[in-house]
Amino acid sequence: MITAILLLVPLLFSIAIFSLKNEKWIRMLATTGSVLEFIISLYGLVIYTTQCHCQFILNIGWIDALHVNLRFGVDGISLLLVLLTTFLTPLIILASQVHAYKKPSAFYGLIMLMEFAFIGVFSTSDGLVFYIFWELALIPAYFICAVWGGNDRIRITFKFFIFTFTGSLFMLVALLYVYFKTPAPHSFEIIYLYAAHLTPKEQTSIFLALFLAFAIKIPIFPFHTWQPDTYTEAPAGGTMLLAGIMLKMGTYGLIRFLIPLCPVALREWGWVALALSIIGIIYASVIAIMQNDMKRLIAYASIAHVGLISAGIFTLTMKGMEGAVIQMVSHGINITGLFIIISLLETRLKTREISKMGGIATQAPWIAVIFMIILLGSIGLPLTNGFIGEFLLLFGIFEINGWLAAVAGLTIIFGAVYMLWMYQRTMLGKPNEVTKRFYDIKFVEAIPLIPIVIMIVWIGIFPNFILHIAEPAIQEILNLIH
Amino acid sequence: MLTIIALAVLGVLILAEGILGKKSWHLPTILVGLLISLALNLTGWNQNIHYYNNMLIVDNSSIAFSAVLIFTTFIIFLFAGHYYKDVVRPLDDIYAILIFALAGSVMMTNFGNLIILFLGIETLSIALYVLAGSHKEAITSNEATLKYFLMGSFLSGFLLFGIALIYGASGSLNMSEISRYTLSEAGHLSPMFRAGLFLLIIGLAFKIAIVPFHFWAPDVYEGTPTLLTAFMATVVKVASIVALFRLLNNCFSSIREVWAPTIWILAVLTILVGNFTGLYQPNFKRMLAYSSISHSGYMMLAVLAFSSRSSGALLLYAAAYSIATVTAFGILILIRGAKGNDLYTSFEGISKKNPLEALCLTIALLSLTGIPPLAGFMAKYYLFSAALEQGYLWLLIIAVLGSAISVAYYFKPIISIYLKEGDGLKLEVGKAYKANIIFLSLLTLALGFLPALLINLL
Repeated sequence: MITAILLLVPLLFSIAIFSLKNEKWIRMLATTGSVLEFIISLYGLVIYTTQCHCQFILNIGWIDALHVNLRFGVDGISLLLVLLTTFLTPLIILASQVHAYKKPSAFYGLIMLMEFAFIGVFSTSDGLVFYIFWELALIPAYFICAVWGGNDRIRITFKFFIFTFTGSLFMLVALLYVYFKTPAPHSFEIIYLYAAHLTPKEQTSIFLALFLAFAIKIPIFPFHTWQPDTYTEAPAGGTMLLAGIMLKMGTYGLIRFLIPLCPVALREWGWVALALSIIGIIYASVIAIMQNDMKRLIAYASIAHVGLISAGIFTLTMKGMEGAVIQMVSHGINITGLFIIISLLETRLKTREISKMGGIATQAPWIAVIFMIILLGSIGLPLTNGFIGEFLLLFGIFEINGWLAAVAGLTIIFGAVYMLWMYQRTMLGKPNEVTKRFYDIKFVEAIPLIPIVIMIVWIGIFPNFILHIAEPAIQEILNLIH
Repeated sequence: MLTIIALAVLGVLILAEGILGKKSWHLPTILVGLLISLALNLTGWNQNIHYYNNMLIVDNSSIAFSAVLIFTTFIIFLFAGHYYKDVVRPLDDIYAILIFALAGSVMMTNFGNLIILFLGIETLSIALYVLAGSHKEAITSNEATLKYFLMGSFLSGFLLFGIALIYGASGSLNMSEISRYTLSEAGHLSPMFRAGLFLLIIGLAFKIAIVPFHFWAPDVYEGTPTLLTAFMATVVKVASIVALFRLLNNCFSSIREVWAPTIWILAVLTILVGNFTGLYQPNFKRMLAYSSISHSGYMMLAVLAFSSRSSGALLLYAAAYSIATVTAFGILILIRGAKGNDLYTSFEGISKKNPLEALCLTIALLSLTGIPPLAGFMAKYYLFSAALEQGYLWLLIIAVLGSAISVAYYFKPIISIYLKEGDGLKLEVGKAYKANIIFLSLLTLALGFLPALLINLL
């Protein structure tokens, strides 16, 4: 029942928003809709019991001929990601309201449509429905980036769409293949997909196909080339949706599909994926250090962070995967916070170039403080949410190979370098021509940042409530492959 | 059979009205007549009647596909009012020939005898040769009709020769008897029979416009008046593919190993060449021609992977493809009327003053690409699963790659509509026209959400 409500609310609000013309009404509807969604999902959190496996099950018959049903159900990981989605969407909507976008009905309607698709992806327990929602999330993302984006947006969003779409087509082929290997009568239900008999050779092909799809989404080196351009050219809200939630679809797919379906192939090829993820961390971190455009810097930083997350997933250890889940949540929160700050700076200074900034802290101490907290969360200072995830992930990688963990641990150092250096160049020092007219944060702009700051500290100090929710689900998946 | 009679009568009725000078009666008569034919068609459901010594076999599959063909013609005629509103010359001959073409295509879906197949193909083809040149003043139309006629009649010769050879080998033109012949002769089929079979496949492949027999299609599609191109791209193509499907899987099903490799190669070539070449097209109309070539490649998967699922898959695909293509052509007609050409640049900025038309075109193009939750995705997906079930994994991967490539040329118009600056033109379109476009878009969405409506029929 809850799942049906969680799905219908953003969809209905989206349709309503599309048909409105008055901007005030649109903003109000978008904000109330997303906040309402968050409250409903909080209620779901409250009544969720961590011991039972799959709850809030919804099953509607759809296409009998293919044994595809609209099946939804959440376990620990799904619940956390649904909560992340419903937590971030109101913040993104609020942060976007500072910009006066043209055609707001389309913009906010597309955001709500994306929320609908995200919740569908995270809560479905049917493989084909997963694919449908996965693609469904791509269309609003494409339009948001293409219509409201920066100057070069047409070419870049087109590249983004084709890249992602090709990857997902391979996922479709893989899912279809596994469907036909499920015990008769075939079904797309995830439990059935897990029960498919796959020979090691088939598993390798399925592994490669699914890995391609998810690696493009996350992104994992070397399939990341679409990401920096797309994040830079997208409007602020679009980047937050892409970086905060959409890439979690990729990591979720890894945990939900790749790992349980290909255990034998993982023993052979898992180390390749692990190595690629760790290469991505170093590669992206080094490039991030050299960036002058703040948005691009954070985009590369994001590649580095999610490289660590996917490395942790491929360790197939309890600590690694727990770290991955909590880091997914933390990364979503932190990266959204960072992009909100960047959009604040951009609206005031009309530039994102770090070399042009400086001394903002003297003009706007509140922004400096909030920026610092989010930054430290991103670096992974103990007592912030980033630390818990990073620590668990490195622990998991260490259980596999100490040297790999040492290399991956460089992310801590690199992260500190590019983040703190960016902070120093933009916030500290003397104000210059561009920044001397900088005014401090207004309360309206601070509203989306306050929950983020609270969560950074709260999850940093009390991570257990997340870990307890995720643990049984992760344990089940690990049981499947051992 | 009642359907064919009804359509023929309808055609003659239109000519009679033309003689009487009642121009304004044409479209209402046609629309009502098509609905009546559709109803008569559906009365034969689940009855499986054989007419004239098994020359016509009206089974569920033929009724379903004929229904798709008649429905497609219906929605095309809904656009005809606007398309021909400025034309002074009498239109009864164009409309009547179109109806006769439809009758030929219905014959192609319920044949039980190779002669009826040939009759259907010829009725359809000759009608279309005339229609392609119906815009007598335009040189492109004349070029189209000449190309189509010359190549088409040559290939019809192939078809007839093939039928003759099969008759010579098997001693009958009747499908069930030929099937019995192949069963008895399996393993040592005479070269005459094999040659006949391949000539037959080649003749039909030309009609469908499969690579490498597709070279006529883009020029002919581009030269033909746009409304009639819509008919060519949907009704003719679907009818020909259904004819091939019916022929190979009823008549020659026991000798799959003879024709399956050929069809496999044709399918792969069509998907790859159709999609790649579509990328390089300078205007929207030619792009739609190549899009239809690629889609016939996908539909070949259904022909190849014959199973209990494949008829339903082909039905859904034919319906989804026809609806989306007719929508695309409908909006192309509007833009062509406003701008005078169908280059991609004419589409720029259309979404500013015409949001509804832009959205409908986007839905149609996304459906053709195969994006959930639209009908095109469900059709492609169901087709892919039918193919995979029969073990065609590599064909599936190629089809998937083809879909990925097709994104590039389907997105060009979408990008032009929404993201480029145009001159802010407001397309003038009547209410009925607009309602038709919206209805088709809603149908695309509906089939995407409830594909079981069509899949479960067969």
